[in-house]
Amino acid sequence: MTDPNDPLRVIPTDAPPVGACRQTGTSLPPLTLMGEHDLCPGCGEPLALRQILDAIDEMGMSQRAIGTIGIGCYTALTSLMDIDLIQALHGRAPSVATGAKRMLPENLVFTLQGDGDMVNEGLQEVIHTAARGENVTCILLNNGVFGETGGHMTATTVLGQRTKNSIEGRDAGEHGYPILIGDLLARLQGTAYCARASVHDAKGVHRTRRFLDRAFESQMKGQGFSFVEILTMCPTGWFLPTAEGPDYLDQELGAVHEVGELKKDGVLIEA
Amino acid sequence: MNVSTTERRLMEGSEAIAEAAIAAGCRFFSGYPMTPFTEVLECFAKRLPDEGGACINAESEIEAIGQAWGAAATGARAATGSTGQGLSLMQESMSEITRAEIPIVIFNMARGQGDYFQATRGGGHGDYRHIVLAPQSVGEAVELTQLAFHLADKWRHPVVIYGDYLIAHTAEAVATPKIDFGSLPAKDWAVDGSLGGSGRSRNVNPIGMEKGSKGIDPNGFWQNLADKEDEILEAEQRYEAIDTDDADLLIVAFGTLARFAHAAMRDLRAEGIKVGLFRPISLWPFPKEALVKAAEGCSKVAVLEQNAGQMIEDVQLSLLGSVPVVPIGGISTDGAGFGIGALLDSDLIAGRARDAHAGRPVPRGVVA
Ligand code: SF4
Repeated sequence: MTDPNDPLRVIPTDAPPVGACRQTGTSLPPLTLMGEHDLCPGCGEPLALRQILDAIDEMGMSQRAIGTIGIGCYTALTSLMDIDLIQALHGRAPSVATGAKRMLPENLVFTLQGDGDMVNEGLQEVIHTAARGENVTCILLNNGVFGETGGHMTATTVLGQRTKNSIEGRDAGEHGYPILIGDLLARLQGTAYCARASVHDAKGVHRTRRFLDRAFESQMKGQGFSFVEILTMCPTGWFLPTAEGPDYLDQELGAVHEVGELKKDGVLIEA
Repeated sequence: MNVSTTERRLMEGSEAIAEAAIAAGCRFFSGYPMTPFTEVLECFAKRLPDEGGACINAESEIEAIGQAWGAAATGARAATGSTGQGLSLMQESMSEITRAEIPIVIFNMARGQGDYFQATRGGGHGDYRHIVLAPQSVGEAVELTQLAFHLADKWRHPVVIYGDYLIAHTAEAVATPKIDFGSLPAKDWAVDGSLGGSGRSRNVNPIGMEKGSKGIDPNGFWQNLADKEDEILEAEQRYEAIDTDDADLLIVAFGTLARFAHAAMRDLRAEGIKVGLFRPISLWPFPKEALVKAAEGCSKVAVLEQNAGQMIEDVQLSLLGSVPVVPIGGISTDGAGFGIGALLDSDLIAGRARDAHAGRPVPRGVVA
């Protein structure tokens, strides 16, 4: 897992931020400048999204990035991202990204999917894309539920969690066990970089950004498949007061899907 | 090997199709092996890397079409394909790609003609149609393959080539020169990342979501697609009508089966029965007006297809009861299950047409 001595990225405070983002479009600034978005209050996705956009921009890749996004609350994200996008079906983003990257190998090609999208419907696609060592970055925003349908169990829902279709809590005997997708993908030979982050607190947000930077760098170096799983809050789908989202994420989801780097430069990082 | 081959060479249909696609500028292919489509994939796998393209052996048909979707969204000419069951798996994406207005070519090396509905109605969800072209020979497949890429780009729409076992596995002497179908609009919709951060970045999606807008405009989105499909209906009907002017009996058949019908027609004419042949080349849009014209003055229209009766619905919908329509086809019962069965027999077809003409009952089943 992550080296605790690994320094966190520090935002310089001796000068006010200038041009935090070079993006000049009408659709991006509300998110990057004011944190404005169309998702639920307390949703973790805009936090993750902002890190993704900042990472791309700071790499100077704004005009060479292509995002492939899935379905769900992601549809609303299209308006928040001022980069070229392809919207795919539930589960299909890794395949669609594969086709795009093969035609434009100089571009930064990434997917953005939820856990229902990637780990339920599209599990086969992300596994094969990783196994092929496809030079794309898949980003999973994992909140452990289908948020958009109104809070149903997914393949990553932790045991005991109450959802609309596991009303007494997810029970292994009845519903099986959660899939730890990051751990699964890290073990595939085609995977060059693999990490799991969380946006439940400031430290987690910084770490998310660092992992994203590394994944994108890995892709641009042509090392193979890179993967970043980001645990995000979904107070709406969890039926929790908004303010309790971060703690629930840390204590429940985070306890099962452990945060940290799992693979770097093609080498597994053992816990 | 030259991409644009003007020399005639003995080629199996699978190879000819791949060569024609490459001559048309196809640089991405993805597929999953399945008879009789397998050799199409093999030929692309062998040839595309030499042309600076990519051919992926996808893990499933679902992934194959997803990969072609991504490649096509960047503006590259991309294709995929399969047969029956594999095409069934692709239907969900075919529907979405149609609505996202992404040009793509899909080779359906069908097992017989039982998939007419799947091809022409679309087996996916939602309100859509795609262009379907059915060649009757390897030579025609070469031309229609290149036309398919042109039409896909012209309309920003998927185009399906409805081939079959015989097209895929019959060797014919064909050339595969690049065919010029005229100029096309610029692909200014395609994503290459370059408009990121400009406020005008692109979004290729199947739900009509415009960048920067709050929500979608369903009315405008669907109206635009419906208008486009109406225009395709007008502009892209293709067919062949042989000896229909004096015909008393009109046979309607498509694909390779039409070639057998053509032979049967000659025999019947020699007997004095005035038979004409109408062959739809575009299965969607179905060449309705041309069929009405061809059937004028006929006492009967006999529909020959290798299935329990699918295209007959389009024939009936076109003629609207003006001429009696009878089925003379039947389900294929060949042991191999590849739909290359007993109906491919011009004597048998002539017999059925004779029965239909005389008002005798025509059996449906075909025992191989
Ligand atoms: S339902 Fe959940 S994931 Fe979707 S926008 Fe609301 S909080 Fe975010």
